[in-house]
Amino acid sequence: MTKKTLIALLLLVAVASIVPFVVSNYRTFQFTLVLVYAIALLGLNILTGYNGQVSLGHGAFYAIGAYCAAVLMDKAGVPYWATVPAAGAVCLVVGFLFGLPALRLEGLYLALATFALGVSMPQLLKYKALEEWTGGVQGIVIAKPDAPWGLPLNSDQWLYFFTLGVALAMFLLGWNLLRGRVGRALVAIRDHHIAAEAMGVHNALYKSLAFGVSAMYTGVAGALGAIAVQFVAPDSFSIFLSILLLVGIVIGGLASISGALYGALFIQFVPNLADEISKAAPWAIFGIFMILFVYLMPTGVAGALRMLSERQKRHNFPAAKNEEEVP
Amino acid sequence: MALLEVNGLRAAYGQTRVLHGLDFALEKGSITALLGANGAGKTTTLRALCGVVKTQGEVRFAGARIDGRATEDIVRLGVAHVPDGRGTFLDLTTEENLRLGAYTRKDRAAVAADLERVYGYFPRLRERREQQAGTLSGGEQQMLAVSRALMLSPRLMLLDEPSFGLAPLVVRELFQILRRINERERVSMLLVEQNAALALELADSAYLIETGRVVLAGSAAELKRDDAVRRAYLGY
Amino acid sequence: MDAFLFQVLAGLATGGIYASLALALVMIYQATHHVNFAQGEMAMFTTYIAWSLMDAGLPYWPTFLLTLMVAFLLGVAIERLVIRPVEHAPVLAVVVVFIALLVILNSVTGWIYTYTLKPFPSPFPEEPLWGIRYMSPHEIGAIGITLLVLVALYLFFRFTPLGLAMRAAAQNPQSARLVGIRVGWMLALGWGLAAGIGAVAGMMVAPIVYLDPNMMGGVLLYAFAAALVGGIDNPWGAVLGGFLVGVLENLLGAFVIGNELKLSVALVIIVGVLLVRPSGLFGTVHVTRV
Repeated sequence: MTKKTLIALLLLVAVASIVPFVVSNYRTFQFTLVLVYAIALLGLNILTGYNGQVSLGHGAFYAIGAYCAAVLMDKAGVPYWATVPAAGAVCLVVGFLFGLPALRLEGLYLALATFALGVSMPQLLKYKALEEWTGGVQGIVIAKPDAPWGLPLNSDQWLYFFTLGVALAMFLLGWNLLRGRVGRALVAIRDHHIAAEAMGVHNALYKSLAFGVSAMYTGVAGALGAIAVQFVAPDSFSIFLSILLLVGIVIGGLASISGALYGALFIQFVPNLADEISKAAPWAIFGIFMILFVYLMPTGVAGALRMLSERQKRHNFPAAKNEEEVP
Repeated sequence: MALLEVNGLRAAYGQTRVLHGLDFALEKGSITALLGANGAGKTTTLRALCGVVKTQGEVRFAGARIDGRATEDIVRLGVAHVPDGRGTFLDLTTEENLRLGAYTRKDRAAVAADLERVYGYFPRLRERREQQAGTLSGGEQQMLAVSRALMLSPRLMLLDEPSFGLAPLVVRELFQILRRINERERVSMLLVEQNAALALELADSAYLIETGRVVLAGSAAELKRDDAVRRAYLGY
Repeated sequence: MDAFLFQVLAGLATGGIYASLALALVMIYQATHHVNFAQGEMAMFTTYIAWSLMDAGLPYWPTFLLTLMVAFLLGVAIERLVIRPVEHAPVLAVVVVFIALLVILNSVTGWIYTYTLKPFPSPFPEEPLWGIRYMSPHEIGAIGITLLVLVALYLFFRFTPLGLAMRAAAQNPQSARLVGIRVGWMLALGWGLAAGIGAVAGMMVAPIVYLDPNMMGGVLLYAFAAALVGGIDNPWGAVLGGFLVGVLENLLGAFVIGNELKLSVALVIIVGVLLVRPSGLFGTVHVTRV
């Protein structure tokens, strides 16, 4: 990590720590959800952005994570903080197993398979045989945790910091994973899987692993989301959630770690903004925002920022520019 | 009168400049060859002329500026390009490929007559008319590419390495037909070739291009006698 | 046995609708290599236009033809105005534009027409046709119209210069320009035709499921599955896939698992088929050069 990024990161954490003290509880709750989405988006970005496997059904892993947390808290009395790693572990396994047959599917076919997963998930959660655990259509209500150790924080603020902590850990882990060997292998498979195989990258293993790790991130996000919202029900995890996650990574920036954060801000706040602009057809406004973002920043917010900073660099060091101007 | 006039033609792929201000002209009814080594910019010149790559400089066809115009508009003026790699529609039949060549023409009777004439030049294509173009041999595909260009009833044909990858006998046959087309139908041709000996045999005049510039121009006979050309491109 | 036959035939009727929409997806896919996720909503929107026209007193068949024309123009307009600017954007960015179109059309329709169900007439009589009691006249009619559309498209692409030019533009845009074809317009025409086919599907499905802004959600998913099962690069395969998926869905719902999980199970089976035959039942296997 360069000194500059370290300073930027610390600054970001400092700003993030002030947020819950200057905004209302409701806004704090919204920012908690931004962090939750950011984790989920990073997960999806590992699979789709870095590894090139398009998933239209990541909402399913989010749902599994959320239900893990809810069932463990509701049926087994597990403390909330312990459900997060548990949800991550379950999703890691489920994701890895789903990734094995998905290896045979490419491009659109994988998109359909994951789409099917996303569509089926609410139906499965409503299924009668599972009702004893999942609460059927009614879902499960869970209690909001209070701040421990007598910290002077209300439950919204505490949950925000708890989520911030998890998010930081997950982002550092992701950053570590993606900048090295593993990241390069994933990108190599995305760009040219045959050449990657020829260079000794174990395609099948890496692709399944990408699926597992991606699902784990999304599952952790699902668990945190369930705790924050205090409620899980099948219809909160419709295919629309999966599609929203995909929109998030594209608009945030594919194959970019910071893109997950921009995407999370987009999917959390732009629908609200759209709702304020037009009560009658808020989704139409949201759709227009999506189109505008893609027109203005086809490589996402992260891609646009990268381009801006490169232009800035070139501007600052004109000597480094050795190519002559095309007449 | 010059059918094609090119002044200061420049072109680049991204940051890499390929043409650095090319000047040449093509007389109406003539066959003019562009010679040069690999990477000299011959193919890029043809692509620039029909608007496939972005260019700067002036290109006049029959007196009117065509630089900066869309490929399909340039084609509609009667400029037919036979690209390298032949540009065949592999999944369509031979005859469908030929009909596409005449896509912009409205004179149905004349198109039907031209189809017959093309089959007359290349009887092999008639035998293969219902066959998928992708299944034709290399030589047949080259014939198809030339025929497709002829179906436009062009005033100017741009031929990009028509000899490439063909057996010498097939090349000879093809070049004889090109000569006949030029003589009988007064179709002007701009020919790009690496095989300089072959090109100079067919062409009336020629330009030698090196790294994106014209370094020598003259009639085919003059270039054949030129010592530098002989040593570098003809090999004797 | 009677019940079985009944379900198979009913499946064929809905399958015909999936087939139409699958065909629309394949058309746009072949030309641009994009799956238009907004295809279903475009069909839904144009069906509402048909409803408005009939509400204003126009009889069925004039409405039908007028709707096809409106759908065609809508498709062309969307391609020119919305899709054109992202022609060179990354694939997933285009997917996001499709999703945006989907939510915009859905939301705008809900806003104009509300989300309450509306009945939509069928052009076919209520009484059983020719004493056939296994299928309703509307089901027979829907299949007939699907096949009619298919034949018309085949004739258009096979025998008209414009159809040939569209095929050429889809296959090899660069060469198509070199014979003077305006490739951009060919894509727009393709979108127009696809929107027209979608409108037919919408008007055929609406009498069965009632008119509702969300009516095409499930249909689009099945059509997508049908297109992939048949082979996304093969229009005939897509149509066959549509009928296959329709029958499969109906049989599963009626005899095996009930309606509750039929969507999930149908999808699992489809994905299973794709695992065994990754390019679809009738698709061509693509060989890549390294």
